[in-house]
Amino acid sequence: MEVKFPTFFRKERERRMGQPNLREREMHDTATHDDSKGQYFWVWGALLVLTAIEVVLGYKQIFTPVRMLEVLMILSVIKSALIIGYFMHLKFETALMRWLLVISVTACFIIMYFFFFPDAGRINTLGVH
Amino acid sequence: MSDAAAVQHGLPGAYEAPLFGAYSKKVGMWLFLASDSLTFGALLFAFSYNRIYTVPWPTPFHAESIANATIMTACLLSSSLTMVLGVFAVQRGDRAWTRNWLLATMAFGTAFIVLHGMEWSKLIGEGLTIPGFMTALGVSQPTTTGELADISKNVPQFSQAFFGLTAMHMLHVTIGVIYLGIMAFRKWFLPVLAVIWIAGAFLIPAGNVFHWPVHALGVALLVSAVILFLKPKVYDAQDIEICGLYWHFVDLVWMFIFPLVYLMSTKVS
Repeated sequence: MEVKFPTFFRKERERRMGQPNLREREMHDTATHDDSKGQYFWVWGALLVLTAIEVVLGYKQIFTPVRMLEVLMILSVIKSALIIGYFMHLKFETALMRWLLVISVTACFIIMYFFFFPDAGRINTLGVH
Repeated sequence: MSDAAAVQHGLPGAYEAPLFGAYSKKVGMWLFLASDSLTFGALLFAFSYNRIYTVPWPTPFHAESIANATIMTACLLSSSLTMVLGVFAVQRGDRAWTRNWLLATMAFGTAFIVLHGMEWSKLIGEGLTIPGFMTALGVSQPTTTGELADISKNVPQFSQAFFGLTAMHMLHVTIGVIYLGIMAFRKWFLPVLAVIWIAGAFLIPAGNVFHWPVHALGVALLVSAVILFLKPKVYDAQDIEICGLYWHFVDLVWMFIFPLVYLMSTKVS
């Protein structure tokens, strides 16, 4: 059956179809970007060390609770960046995919933050009756 | 070239370039993980919300609980490494080592579930429960006095937030282990899952918190059987890689639960 596409989409499709070996590229688009296994052991070691630092901080309690929360969250963000970047290979994906995922999820978390915490703080300030 | 010819498989150049430079299954998994991260984000925000407006917030986790949670964290981190090694093995076409590394990942995941289950049982045994909910579930509560029982009575939002968040994560880990089992053993994993389910149903005593939830394995067995019946196949490198994405995500979520739930509620004696 003949399917008619608008001119723009037809031209874009033809442009893309003109690229050679697309199927081959797609099939080989697994995580073969960097076959060095050593870096994954380093990342694993770094994650264990950061976890150990968190546990020591939890025991020592040298910070006030708010500062402690800030420090733990910074360490957790570093750990999550290592997991997402290396173990999940996002570091090796295209810039479009990388930024689209990171920006959209981060934006949702920022919106959640502004919804949740001012209200929790207000209840805390007013007191629960 | 006609449009009909353009969609015929096998023609060189007949496929469109992937939008994100990745195959469609991987993009699909990333989108699912983005949405799931919002689920966990909402739960973590709710936990923090409860914590902010509850003064004083209970700090019930002694050194033993923190040590247990630290070992659980190490298990998950190690499982991520074995998962990466499994992905490398499948990419070089080594089926035996792919299976071995997936099995190692499953072993670490199972260790996490068992340790977490023991931790839950211990806390419930000492009186930390969700009022009403545990009774409905038929969970026996050996003690109604003590520090944790007082927390359940006076600060029920602590136990609700704790059990809600960790149960959701434990469910994800369980699904992850089953997912890995299907990838590694395909239909041969179904009898194993059936045996674990039936053994759990008979061996877990009626008063235990996992007596009824173990039947989730029966649901998983049914879903897995339907999927394998509808689409039996040998899983390739792409399938193993997107399975790995899910598994690493489960690990990633725990990196926030561990400090927020456990380390921020540490009781230093």
